[in-house]
Amino acid sequence: MAERLLKSVSVRALKGAKRGGQYRREAMIAYGILIVGYLLLQLGAATGLIGMNLQGQFVPICVYMSLAISLNLVVGISGELSLGHAGFMAAGAFTGVVVTRVLEGSLGFAPARLIIALIAAAFVAAIAGFIIGIPILGLRGDYLAIVTLAFGEIIRNFMNVIYFGLDKNGHLLFSFNHAIDGLEDANRVITGPIGATGITKIATFTGATLLTAFTLFVVLNIKNSKQGRAIMAIRDNRIAGESIGLDVKKYKLMAFVVSAALAGMAGCMFGQNYSTLAPVKFNFNTSVLILVFVVLGGIGNIWGSMIAAALLTILPEALRQFSDYRMLTYAIVLILVMICTYNPAIKARITGIMAKINPFKKPKDGGGKTGGRKTGGSKSKKKSGKEEA
Amino acid sequence: MKKTWTKVVVVALSCMMAFVMASCGGGGGSSDAEGGALHIGVIGPFTGGAALYGTAVKNGAELAVNEINANNPDGLQLVMDAQDDEHDAEKSVNAYNKLVDDGMQVLIGPTTSTPATAVAAEADANRTFLLTPSGSSPDVTAGHDNVFQLCFSDPNQGIASAEYMAANFADAKVGVIYKNDDNYSTGIYNKFNAEWEAQGKKVVAAETFTDGVTDFSAQLNSLKNAGADLVFLPIYYDAASNILTQADKMGYAPKFFGCDGMDGILSMEGFDTSLAEGLMLLTPFTPYSEDAKSKAFTEAYQEAYGELPIQFAADSYDCVYAIYDAFQKTGLDASASMADICEALIAQFTGDFVASGITADEMKWNANGEVEKTPKVCEIQDGKYVEK
Repeated sequence: MAERLLKSVSVRALKGAKRGGQYRREAMIAYGILIVGYLLLQLGAATGLIGMNLQGQFVPICVYMSLAISLNLVVGISGELSLGHAGFMAAGAFTGVVVTRVLEGSLGFAPARLIIALIAAAFVAAIAGFIIGIPILGLRGDYLAIVTLAFGEIIRNFMNVIYFGLDKNGHLLFSFNHAIDGLEDANRVITGPIGATGITKIATFTGATLLTAFTLFVVLNIKNSKQGRAIMAIRDNRIAGESIGLDVKKYKLMAFVVSAALAGMAGCMFGQNYSTLAPVKFNFNTSVLILVFVVLGGIGNIWGSMIAAALLTILPEALRQFSDYRMLTYAIVLILVMICTYNPAIKARITGIMAKINPFKKPKDGGGKTGGRKTGGSKSKKKSGKEEA
Repeated sequence: MKKTWTKVVVVALSCMMAFVMASCGGGGGSSDAEGGALHIGVIGPFTGGAALYGTAVKNGAELAVNEINANNPDGLQLVMDAQDDEHDAEKSVNAYNKLVDDGMQVLIGPTTSTPATAVAAEADANRTFLLTPSGSSPDVTAGHDNVFQLCFSDPNQGIASAEYMAANFADAKVGVIYKNDDNYSTGIYNKFNAEWEAQGKKVVAAETFTDGVTDFSAQLNSLKNAGADLVFLPIYYDAASNILTQADKMGYAPKFFGCDGMDGILSMEGFDTSLAEGLMLLTPFTPYSEDAKSKAFTEAYQEAYGELPIQFAADSYDCVYAIYDAFQKTGLDASASMADICEALIAQFTGDFVASGITADEMKWNANGEVEKTPKVCEIQDGKYVEK
């Protein structure tokens, strides 16, 4: 028994060593998507080919990509189902609002304000993740999912009862569970269930893209580090991991806290993109939406979840033509996509059709970009499937 | 079997894609064809929890647009495009951007306050004239010269209530119960109190409660001991129903007076509506009104949509007429740009333009974008709203 366990761990370690090449390809695809996407969208916006509707979604798309990447760290790499991601997003968003509002008088340079806010948001969300992570990471599977759901809701409800304001000298006032007396409307920063109003929008597409790149950088590097391999080894076989002395709780907590901090930063960017922000935005539905990005993109597949996040953010807007049937169509498309990507028979057929259509694929390892990407995707998916089995 | 299933999916998917593409093309074409008309955008929640309000706003506006187009086929024509925002600020901004892409010139909406606050900032940056039928928070208009409200802002309901009481119940001893963890309730109370004191009167007792409270005996006793014979309830109907029930039990029968949050008390389940007899409330519209214009609107609405209109529908109906009348006074034609129309309409709305509609006979706007109109006060008699 012990021999078999050791053998399985050593096989994993060998696989880890081989992962170097796989990591490079994954990183290249992910950064490539981001850079090409950024340039194309900027070009489209500059030439007027892209309308305001899509331009307005540039920042949210980047935010949702960041959220999907960070959630993938917990769901894909650490192998735990988390349903409370929107809670960390909320913690970061409201921290960001307070920080930028306080700095507004003293620091005129908006990007600097944004960076300080992002750091503060990451810090607060990480603390929230740490506090929540300690008691719950002993749980596994479904139980963990339900507890994260509850904690996500607790964070949101906490936001419902906090009040922030500025006094005449620009000092921050705080009140819990009741409104601050005698405050002028313009000096309210966060007002319980109404949330934040009068936010000066400082999020930009470039800033949001850089944030996504940073998130990618952190997650990909963790995935490819000693710690990342430990996290994945624990995911694949907890007993084997424990037997070679890996501190399971430590590594799980690490993934959870980093994921929370990144979600906080994404939330901060999101908050800075609208003039108002209400806690109700960060409810359970948003958590599920982020999870859908991850599942649709392929659990553990970083660039897959990026594409899924972008497509599923644009899709409901693209379906506005359907007017009354819009959300129905959205749901049907979602179901069809899920069926088509996860039914092996249909997937094989689609891959077969693609192979026939795609002229670039015939030479070995494909000259065309799309061909290369396709094989990369299916291979890595097959591999993860094998690992799970 | 499996093969057939695959085929079905493939066919369904390709049909869907074809449909999306076809409708994309169609959408772009039709907006160009009707270049001679004024494009009005409407935003509201047509799906999700607040769909009742958004749908009412859409229907009310549609009714007004159809009436205007039918009554004057040779004059200025209106085209309406309504977009769903799911009562979400992010989606509302998306909807706004979509409308701008499609050539909107004037915006009616968003229907609810948080989305309206978010869109107001965008509309200010792009110079779109925005008239919200029902986004009542003062945050919506704050700091924007192009944003106007057709409904009373929350705090202004307090002023309107105080003025009405001073005129009709000059000798009353007024007590108040309000919810101090709620912006709506606190906002109304503060303005009410300030206005009431400005009239040289004093509130005899002001009691508070917070979310989740269902026992109001302490507050009611305090009011009773202070001798209050007119109780102002700037709260929502769910808490008010408890107050009315408990006051009845303890044999305390003052006159009760509420704001628009009280609207809905008659349709509340498990509440004995006979207790609401004599309750007065501030509401811009009632479908039982005897007023000729309101009656005609209610009948037309019922015929078109098969249900009684709510105040949101009346608000948006008035919005369309206000914009239509003001636009004709600007002297612009429908080919003017969104920004030009915005500036011209701002000049009208802040100038001496007076709109007339079913929620008030005369509506004027101040420079903050808040409406100034005579509040309508209703009293509940025999289970119906009767206008006072």
